[in-house]
Amino acid sequence: MGNPMKIRAASKDGVTEIKVLMSHEMETGQRKDANGATIPAWFINEVTAKLDGKTVMQAQWGPSISKNPYLAFKVKGGKAGDKVTVTWVDNKGDTRTDEAMVT
Amino acid sequence: MDRVSMGLAAFLAAAAAAATAAYAQQKDKAQEGIEAYREALQDGNPAELFEATGEELWKTPAGPKNASLEGCDLGLGAGVVKGAYAQLPRYFKDTDKVQDLESRLLTCISTLQGKDTKPYIDSAFGTPPKEEMNALAAFLSGQAKGTPIDVTPKHPKEQAMYELGKRMFYFQGGPYDFACATCHGQEGQRIRMQDLPYIPGNTGAAAGWSSWPAYRVSAGQMWSMQWRLNDCFRQQRFPEPVYASDATIALSMYMAATASGATMKTPGIKR
Repeated sequence: MGNPMKIRAASKDGVTEIKVLMSHEMETGQRKDANGATIPAWFINEVTAKLDGKTVMQAQWGPSISKNPYLAFKVKGGKAGDKVTVTWVDNKGDTRTDEAMVT
Repeated sequence: MDRVSMGLAAFLAAAAAAATAAYAQQKDKAQEGIEAYREALQDGNPAELFEATGEELWKTPAGPKNASLEGCDLGLGAGVVKGAYAQLPRYFKDTDKVQDLESRLLTCISTLQGKDTKPYIDSAFGTPPKEEMNALAAFLSGQAKGTPIDVTPKHPKEQAMYELGKRMFYFQGGPYDFACATCHGQEGQRIRMQDLPYIPGNTGAAAGWSSWPAYRVSAGQMWSMQWRLNDCFRQQRFPEPVYASDATIALSMYMAATASGATMKTPGIKR
């Protein structure tokens, strides 16, 4: 299980804005350590967001996403009290799911 | 000088003035761009992730005594974390020393948890166990966010530290003959694209003291104030100061006291 994410979601005028701060090294697999050995790739490659039980966003990420990624997106609909669930899976198979309530 | 040369000189002077004004305008646009980028960064500061880790470190029992740090006195009483960072550095009776946040944490790690502080002092910034200090600094400074900086040297040792810090600020040394004042001792200075705050003034000191510890986006690292000070020494090509030594506390005291009154914005975020 990965490190906890911070999720904030607010609904206004029929649009819900969801902001997620994820904790992940996001190693590209291109870097070399002090001994010249390649540091193995380790990054989130799938992100799924659900609003009120329904999947509203899916993303396929690659090595160009930076460390400790911050993701913000808007969804049509949603209201205060709805549950937001965000899940990520990385290339090593590790995963993390967190949820928050829309304000 | 004859009239033609006078006219020519006047024209050139006017052209130079106009060019300087145009350049100043360009610089403002670059500044605006940086300000906009900084604002966008604020939302979703990864320092929050370190605040969560720091809180866990504060509350989890550890060390030979299997104790948490919740009994640590940061100046407002044992375990009181709200606002404590805004009043550091300060004199502590139990150690009879003026201490900043990180030296105080070392005291608590040693006395409450029974851990050896040498690995914390000797290890590199960003590596275990010293990296724990970045998380603790993020958490504890975050607990003072929005509170006014309240550091007024009253105890004789506090006053001595302040005076030492001020002297150190202006002390020139190293192969470049730099002092802190070389970069931070004049208003309106800039190095490459980084504006340098005027630290002897309240606004400048506050710009620095209220925004560190901070998450540095370009490095993906959480920097404590001790780390930032250590890097200043490196930038001046000074010898490396010992972690949480009196030298670093003196400079911190000088900056904090000069910044007193301003609002803490920690943990900050930097490019």
